[in-house]
Amino acid sequence: MAKDEMNSFRLVGTRPDRPDGLDKVTGRARYGADFSLPGMLWAAVVRSPHAHARIVKIDTSKAEALAGVKAVITRADFPTGLTGENWNLQENTMAGDVALYDGHAVAAVAATSALIAREAADLVEVEYEVLPHVIDVDDAIKPDAVAIRPGAADASVPEGMPPNVVRYMEMGRGDVEEGFAEADLVMEKTYRTEATHQGYIEPHACVGQMGTDGKGEMWVCTQGHWYIRSMSAAVLGVEASQLRVTASEIGGGFGGKTTIFMEPLSLALSKKAGGVPVKLVMNRAEVLRATGPTASASMDVKVGMKKDGTLTAAEVEFRMQGGAFPGSPVDMALMCCLAPYNLPAAKLVGYDVLANRPKAAAYRAPGAPMGAFAVESLMDEMCRELQLDPIEMRLKNAVREGDRSSFGPKFGSIGLVEVLEAAKAHPNYAEPLGENQGRGVASGYWFNHNGETSVSMAISEDGTAQVSVGTPDIGGGRASIGMMVAERLGVAYEDVRVNVVETGALGINEPTHGSRATFASGKAAVLATEQAIGEMCRRAAKEWDIDEDAVEWVDGAAQPAGPNAGKFDPMSIVEIAAKMGSTGGPISGHYEGLPSGVGASFGHHVVDVEVDPETGHVKILRYLVVQDAGRAIHPAYVEGQFQGGAVQGIGWALNEEYVYGPDGRLQNTVFLDYRIPVASDLPPIDTVIVEVPNPGHPYGVRGVGETGITPPLPAIANAISDAIGVRMTHLPMNPQKVLAALKAQKG
Amino acid sequence: MSKIHVTTTVNGDTVEFLADPRETLLDCLRDHLGLTGSKEGCGTGDCGACSVMLDGRLVSSCLVLGVEAEGKRIDTIEGMAEPDGTLHPLQRKFIEHAALQCGFCTPGILVASKALLAENPDPTEEEVRYWLAGNLCRCTGYDKIIRAVMDAAAEMRGEVA
Repeated sequence: MAKDEMNSFRLVGTRPDRPDGLDKVTGRARYGADFSLPGMLWAAVVRSPHAHARIVKIDTSKAEALAGVKAVITRADFPTGLTGENWNLQENTMAGDVALYDGHAVAAVAATSALIAREAADLVEVEYEVLPHVIDVDDAIKPDAVAIRPGAADASVPEGMPPNVVRYMEMGRGDVEEGFAEADLVMEKTYRTEATHQGYIEPHACVGQMGTDGKGEMWVCTQGHWYIRSMSAAVLGVEASQLRVTASEIGGGFGGKTTIFMEPLSLALSKKAGGVPVKLVMNRAEVLRATGPTASASMDVKVGMKKDGTLTAAEVEFRMQGGAFPGSPVDMALMCCLAPYNLPAAKLVGYDVLANRPKAAAYRAPGAPMGAFAVESLMDEMCRELQLDPIEMRLKNAVREGDRSSFGPKFGSIGLVEVLEAAKAHPNYAEPLGENQGRGVASGYWFNHNGETSVSMAISEDGTAQVSVGTPDIGGGRASIGMMVAERLGVAYEDVRVNVVETGALGINEPTHGSRATFASGKAAVLATEQAIGEMCRRAAKEWDIDEDAVEWVDGAAQPAGPNAGKFDPMSIVEIAAKMGSTGGPISGHYEGLPSGVGASFGHHVVDVEVDPETGHVKILRYLVVQDAGRAIHPAYVEGQFQGGAVQGIGWALNEEYVYGPDGRLQNTVFLDYRIPVASDLPPIDTVIVEVPNPGHPYGVRGVGETGITPPLPAIANAISDAIGVRMTHLPMNPQKVLAALKAQKG
Repeated sequence: MSKIHVTTTVNGDTVEFLADPRETLLDCLRDHLGLTGSKEGCGTGDCGACSVMLDGRLVSSCLVLGVEAEGKRIDTIEGMAEPDGTLHPLQRKFIEHAALQCGFCTPGILVASKALLAENPDPTEEEVRYWLAGNLCRCTGYDKIIRAVMDAAAEMRGEVA
């Protein structure tokens, strides 16, 4: 899309160097594990080797006796009486009576070196009584499954449900039976996806310090340090206000660093060691065993379609396990799975199920990729059956502004139709295909979250601006926020410095999650800038002795608004800043609140694959991401989000999965076995940025970070089906599974 | 376990440290020498975030023991720019092409890319992709990384981009 015709901005839509680029290409940027303090101790965590086991006894005496060991903690060192999600967080940080999954923390030690800490952890003796366990979601939901946490179900679960169902939900509208009766074709099928990990390359790391005065400090890699503060405080039984948390640079998160896993342990160890700071860094196996993963899913879908492609009804039932705690993203999977379609009738049912696995954390568009895999696969199969072009079918049923969504609210301004048109018109959609090659498409949807947001900005003496935000920069946020501030202020991009500041420096900020940072912190920064501009206009008005309403801000300077205001030369930001000390003192602006006007983003992917019938290997030949960005502030980083999301989806579709042994232990705990896509697996990832500006944001921004991981799972399944006529319904579509499906097809 | 005295050359400077025989070269670079630019993403040689040059050979420093550095020459990300701070073309092109998002894998990928271009100044896209197959990046999908390396290679060959 020729975006230059669509806007007349000076900076928005350009591709300047990111301000943190220099630090990140020279090794100077400080990530979680790069931070150290003088006299610091090192920690190590003792973890359960069992999927489900009663902790009979923990003997820490040998560990405590080792020279250099300064503190050993178990759950006995934590406060009791927590309830709800706070209890869940505490229980996940360190097991109480029962270890609930392989890798569950049961004790932790702090010592004068990392090697001594590791040695001491091995000396902690834990006596377990191994209990029966359940891993698979379809097993876990059985009425006679081992009950993992009796009493964990919330009020949404009707009487008589199986013991591991902890949340139940229903949504939708219209009469689906009537809709199915009107259809020319009704199909239904069951789909399954396995748990995957966010796979950020930086393991979790923090340095925590907690003094005998009850005040604590932490340096940590996180997507949201206010969340770290409140969650850690809850687990430790202190007020959040007593902790001060600084976010390091972050080495990837994808949702997995929006919560706590081991951070409170560093504070508890520090406190026990008399207030000496404690560094805690996970290794990769700990990351895979005890943090992050997303849910695994088992999903039934039924859809009714007329011969011309018009949809008449859809019904889905999703079952997802999110580990041994409530919180699988089944609700969001339900909300997103039918979002692209204007449906007269829809029924959505979801079960959140416990299993003996780590506590699920958010993973990029949580739940949406699984739901899309099920629904978009079935849509494709039906198009094939009715000989319809899959993009035409989607255009026929596409939601538009004002349509009611399948999950309830009406859509505001959205760009699905524009996205589908752009995908259809792209040359990739017309490329000829060879033998064993196939093309698949799928749509995807994700929300845009606003969230609690605090931003402040201040004008420096030299007329430049510094902006303080609380959303860690995970993929170019400083650049996009700085561009928007500079645009509004009328100064050079280089004259705005954006800093991610600690919890003591701003009001509360939700994490960089929900595709919100450029939307929410960006909008807040623009509003804060407007406040500062107002003050600068007032200073000029005072000097000119005219009414402040008679001053306007143009191109980085105050000037009289029209000929009646008086004749004065424009007063530049540099002049105003230079003398602000004598004209009323510092000039700043700030915003605290919940920025309104979120803009959701639809995407559509087109993928070509080649399947090797001998090995079952699937090669990605071409990949196209088309997505509505509202307006791309820094198009290169928008493309980066599209490409990164697509490739995570490719990994999930083709290869990644949590593999458990019959003993309930995770078997692939290193990157060699939990293999994420590498450069040689992939072609270039083509992108088209569609821009249907979000009217709720000063520059039209929509959240773009998450939608991109939603379509790849079904798009690739659809491409495989097109290539070899085999319909894959269980991820990952690795060579073994594809080969087995080919074999089954041949009979 | 008693520590062993190690003398080695890092980015052209002679340095000394005391290493526990169990410590990796990566541990020693980060914890004894304060060179935290090399990252530990896996500790098992799978992710490439700790890539350094050891006597001119590309290695995962998490798979080398610190004591093995005795008498060797080590080059890390911290030594990649000129002494006056002028960036290597690869570093500049990574910024220009937005070839990093979180930036955690970036030092390892830069070190590995430099090693590639020393061996093969005119690689095909496929050669770049296979050379970097040992360096995991979870943010970018590799697209912009590959473009940045190709562009830097062209510039280093004296071709105008």
